Amino acid sequence: MAAEGHGPLAQFEIKTLIPLKLGEIDVSFTNSALFMSLTLVLVTLFLVLGMRKRALVPGRWQSMAEMSYEFVANLLRDTVGSEGRKYFPLVFTLFMFILFGNMLGMIPYSFTFTSHVIVTFAMALAVFIGVTVLGFVKHGFHFFSFFVPPGVSVVLWPLMIPIEIISYLSRPISLSVRLFANLTAGHTMLKVFAGFIISLGVVGGVLPFAFVVALTGLELLIAFLQAYVFTILTCFYINDALHLH
Amino acid sequence: MTKQKKSAHEQDIDARLKQARRTAEKSGANSGPKGSRRSGLALAMRLGVEIVSALVIGVGIGLLLDYWLGTKPWFMLLFFVLGAAAGLMNVYRVATGVGQGVGYKREDGSDNSDGPAK
Repeated sequence: MAAEGHGPLAQFEIKTLIPLKLGEIDVSFTNSALFMSLTLVLVTLFLVLGMRKRALVPGRWQSMAEMSYEFVANLLRDTVGSEGRKYFPLVFTLFMFILFGNMLGMIPYSFTFTSHVIVTFAMALAVFIGVTVLGFVKHGFHFFSFFVPPGVSVVLWPLMIPIEIISYLSRPISLSVRLFANLTAGHTMLKVFAGFIISLGVVGGVLPFAFVVALTGLELLIAFLQAYVFTILTCFYINDALHLH
Repeated sequence: MTKQKKSAHEQDIDARLKQARRTAEKSGANSGPKGSRRSGLALAMRLGVEIVSALVIGVGIGLLLDYWLGTKPWFMLLFFVLGAAAGLMNVYRVATGVGQGVGYKREDGSDNSDGPAK
C-alpha cells in the first residue's frame, strides 16, 4: 500500500471533508479539524467517564484519569508554586490536547494534527501572548525590567537588551517548532522504513520491520515527551511572568 | 455513642488536615519555583531548537529593519550575530539550570545544585 503514489509525506496532506466558505475565507472542515474535534471528544470522554463513579478506591480507568490530573498538578506546583493553581485549567487542557492528539496520530491511517506547524504555532502564540499579558497585568511597566539581566553593568545594556528581547521573542518559535518537527520527522521516518519492508520482500524485509517496531515504541515515547515538554515550558513561562527576577 | 465519638475524631482529623494544608501551602509558596523534576531526555529535546529559533528571530528583525530603513545588509548582519548570541545564551541557561528563560535568575544560588546533574 505504501509504494505506489503514496510518498512518506502523503500522510500530512490536508483533505477537505466538508467545504465551507465564510465570505472570502476558506473555513472548510478538514481531516485536521476532524481529528482535533475527535481529540476533544476523547479527552472529555476519558475524564468524564473515568470519574463517573467517583470511587474512593479508584479502578483502573479512574486512576488513569487521576494520574493525569496529578501529573500536571505536580508539574505546575513544582515549577510555579501555589500561585500557579489559577492557571491549572489552561495547562491541563494544553497537556491533554497535545498528548491525545499525538497518541491519536500513532494509530495507523489517522491524521496527526500536531505535525502541522500552524497548529502548534497557534497554540504557542496563544501561550506567548497570554503570558506577556499576564506579566503586564501583574507588574505593569516594571515588566520591562525582565529584559535587563541582573548583575550586568550599564555599559553592556545596549548589547544585552537586544539579545534578551530576541531570546524572549524566540519562545513561540522554539515552542512550536519543537513539537511540530519531532512529530513530522518521526512519522516520516516510520513511513520510509515501512516502505522498505515492501520493496525488500519477505526475506529482506525482516530487518526494516524490526526497525519499524522499535521506531513505533520510540514514537510513543516522543508523543508523550513532546506533550510534557510543551506543558513544562508553558509552566516555566507562567512562572517567569509571575515572578520577575 | 460510637457515632458521637467518631464525629469528634473526625473533627480532630479535619482540624489536622486544615493545619497540614495551610503549612503545605505556605511552604509551597515560599519555596517557589523548583523545576528540578525534568528528565534528561526532555531537556535534550529542547536544546537544539533554541539556537535555531533565536537565529530565525534575529535575522527576521534584521531584515525588517533593513526593509524599513533601506540599509540593505547591515541590520541583518548585526542581528544575525545578536540572534546567535541569544541562542547560545538560551542553551547555556537551559543546560546549566541557571534559569529557564529570559533574564530569569534565582536570587539564592542554593537551588543550583540540581542544575548540572543530569
